[in-house]
Amino acid sequence: MEIGLTTDMLQFLFMGIQRGAIYAMVAMGFNMIYNATGIINFAQGEFVVLGGLMMVSMTMALNLSLVFAFMVSVAFVTVVGILMERLTINPVRRPTVLRLIIITIAVSILLKGAAMCFWGKGSHYMRHFTDAPPLEIMGAYILPQTLWIIGMLALVVIGYVAFFNYTMTGKCMRACAINRDAARLAGINDRRMVMLSFALSAAIGAIAGIIITPIIQMDYARGALLGLKGFGAAVVGGLGNSMGAVVAGLLLGIIEAGSGGYISSHYMDAIALVIMLGVLFVRPGGLFGSSEMVRLKEF
Amino acid sequence: MAARDIIGFCILIALVLVMPHAVGNDYYIGVLIFAAFNCLACIGLSLLMGYAGQISLGHGAFIAIGAYASGLLTTELGWSPWTAMAAGAFAAMGIAFIVGIPALRLKGHYLAMATLGFASIIHIVAVAATDITGGPAGVLNIPRLSLFGYRLDSDTRYYYFAWTAVVIGLYLAFNLIHSRVGRGLRAIHGSEDAAGAAGINTAAYKVQVFVVSAAYASVSGSLYAYYVNYIDPGPFDVMHSVLLVTMVAVGGLHHVWGAVVGAVLLSLLPEVLSFTAGYLQVIGIQYRPDYDILVYGGILLVIMLFLPEGLFAGMIAGGKSVWNLVKRVIRGKQVVRE
Amino acid sequence: MSGNNSILQLDGLRKVFGGVVALDGLCLSVGENTITSVIGPNGAGKTTVFNLITGYLAPSSGAMIYKNTRLQGTKPHKIALLGIGRTFQNVRTFPDMTVLENVMVGRHARSRAGVTVSALLPAFLRPEEKRIQAEAGSWLDFVGLADAADMPAGSLPLGKQRMLEVARALAIEPDLLLLDEPASGLNSRETIAMGDLIHRIRENRITVMLVEHDMELVMEVSDRVAVMNFGRLVAEGTPREVQEDPEVIAAYLGE
Repeated sequence: MEIGLTTDMLQFLFMGIQRGAIYAMVAMGFNMIYNATGIINFAQGEFVVLGGLMMVSMTMALNLSLVFAFMVSVAFVTVVGILMERLTINPVRRPTVLRLIIITIAVSILLKGAAMCFWGKGSHYMRHFTDAPPLEIMGAYILPQTLWIIGMLALVVIGYVAFFNYTMTGKCMRACAINRDAARLAGINDRRMVMLSFALSAAIGAIAGIIITPIIQMDYARGALLGLKGFGAAVVGGLGNSMGAVVAGLLLGIIEAGSGGYISSHYMDAIALVIMLGVLFVRPGGLFGSSEMVRLKEF
Repeated sequence: MAARDIIGFCILIALVLVMPHAVGNDYYIGVLIFAAFNCLACIGLSLLMGYAGQISLGHGAFIAIGAYASGLLTTELGWSPWTAMAAGAFAAMGIAFIVGIPALRLKGHYLAMATLGFASIIHIVAVAATDITGGPAGVLNIPRLSLFGYRLDSDTRYYYFAWTAVVIGLYLAFNLIHSRVGRGLRAIHGSEDAAGAAGINTAAYKVQVFVVSAAYASVSGSLYAYYVNYIDPGPFDVMHSVLLVTMVAVGGLHHVWGAVVGAVLLSLLPEVLSFTAGYLQVIGIQYRPDYDILVYGGILLVIMLFLPEGLFAGMIAGGKSVWNLVKRVIRGKQVVRE
Repeated sequence: MSGNNSILQLDGLRKVFGGVVALDGLCLSVGENTITSVIGPNGAGKTTVFNLITGYLAPSSGAMIYKNTRLQGTKPHKIALLGIGRTFQNVRTFPDMTVLENVMVGRHARSRAGVTVSALLPAFLRPEEKRIQAEAGSWLDFVGLADAADMPAGSLPLGKQRMLEVARALAIEPDLLLLDEPASGLNSRETIAMGDLIHRIRENRITVMLVEHDMELVMEVSDRVAVMNFGRLVAEGTPREVQEDPEVIAAYLGE
């Protein structure tokens, strides 16, 4: 009995990490743009969907190799992100928050509509990255694809840390996030940093979409919920704090998988959202931020 | 009520009376009835967004609450449709109150996401709580409304009824705007600090207008349920909440009339598109209804980028410049005569 | 001239932002029906005092007593209802509303209509609405803005916006009015008008407390002047006393 319990728990843990890794990456995407602009990009979930669907076409229809298809898909979504910034965010002068929110919503509707017209309404099957059978660990099974997802998350996090700490461009972006005016005075082209943030955010979203598609079978309408839960992870981790987002994303995924298993699978999707609302209402600065910093922020 | 609002009312009532004779087809009358439901919800949302400056991406949830309260209380408990509608409105207001107190302490993006999350939760519950809501199968055989012994069973009757509800909703909204409360809301939009210094309890006012707008949405949901006689969670997804916001934004945030214009135009849009599809086919473009969503997103984006005040403000400005042009032409002629 | 009764008493008021001490145990008493100016170099904590009194910030420690009521922990709108009005350093009029409507918002504190009544009855059936309009109009008259009543507030020049803010604050019928740099950005003619207005406000038995950098205005209107530096009270007295105080001179001319 006891062994059965731990096996179950382990199984849910694997499932949770697999879901949570995606939320974590979506949350990192939110944070990128938020830090550079103060905007929450409501089209973030659409980046994930586009990445996944593009990968499906590249591998299943065009039979490209995984690596090449991966690069094409990420590049495609990155271009979409750049176009979004250039065409809809950059031209807006004297933006109000309400207007920016509605603009990113409009973009999300457009991207979703485009995905539906191009890929149709059905969900798309894609083969797993490796054909190996599931691994058994203490009676629980873990899909090779889950290992891919964990590996990708690790790579993205390492890349993220390296970029923001050891490259000049990354440091410039951090400077812009901390104080845009001061960064501009120091000669940083803040407009370019905003564009870059959209590009990187789209790329991370695309990667998340690509690696999850073999498991969830992507369809055009997934963006809203993925985006919302990713935002939940960003909030729980403290908006703008990407390492917090990774921890929070994994945590949300695990709680979700656990509650799906132990409480009710019907309400599973609501759990992450309830946690998000709880944190927003009680501690909008996130669970990991210092309360001092939180008080100086505008919610 | 300002003079131009009274003119607006006259135009609206005239249009409402003329339209059934102009379209003369039950299908299009049905479309106009749906436009009325959207109008009602958007009027409430406009009070919240345009006047108090608070966004909600969760009003689809209040429509759902109204619709399900009406559907379930009439079919399961045999309540009269009117009582059920009132109960739904009170339920929506109660939930808006409970959610609004913590949610409206948030601003901008945070508030948008919190309300979106709320709407999403309500939708998930509507699908998952099969023993209460019927789940995806929904609620069947919801009765029709009766008014003073008249059963509102023809589309034309329901059309007049629904648009009367819109006119009443507008009347209440305009009274509210041109009152102490309305000024308080606009003051909050202008500067929360200054509003507080004038003795306005900003937190309470935001919750109050949220509650009022939830009541509008709930009544709109009830009217919908009594019209289609069948509800399932489908129409109450997150996208519906988003569509309501786009209607208000396209019409114009700064005026209730904007909400009316936006709701009517975007409700009619699919019909307009399928109508033009025939012409497009002539010039060789195959238009599918699937493209509707693209047109929809495109319109919203273009308006937000180039006409952020919305279509209504654009119409007013356009009308004014035409009028000025006419005046100049007339005056020019006079000069020539002299 | 200055009453012996104090209307406002600040006792050991302290405010710390992060690690920065903005106010360091400020003690100050404001006499009823006086004009008291708070002056001091930039960053001395003057505006912080106003924000504490009106509830926009919570003090780290210390007490604020207004007419036997403790102010700490009270929300801004409640403080307005207690009879403390204020203006803001960077003007906060409601730009999209008309000038008259701006002042009508000020009458909010002294009227009652709630959501239900407001929604059901049109404006012309509500006597209170007419009263609010008339009272707001008379306050506009008082500050000399009656001509501009129907203009959008955002279209007024800065000087008139400051007057409008004062009218809005007066409309709540305060017993104590806090003016945060009322003359900042005004030309000399407008500054004289503002000084005249402050005198007339006091004639209406309203106690005025102002933060101001324009020394000419301060010395002309004030009964009492409080000088602050580094979050502390450096000197307090009549304008003449303060002007001759060596510590004040040191604070202003720098060590």
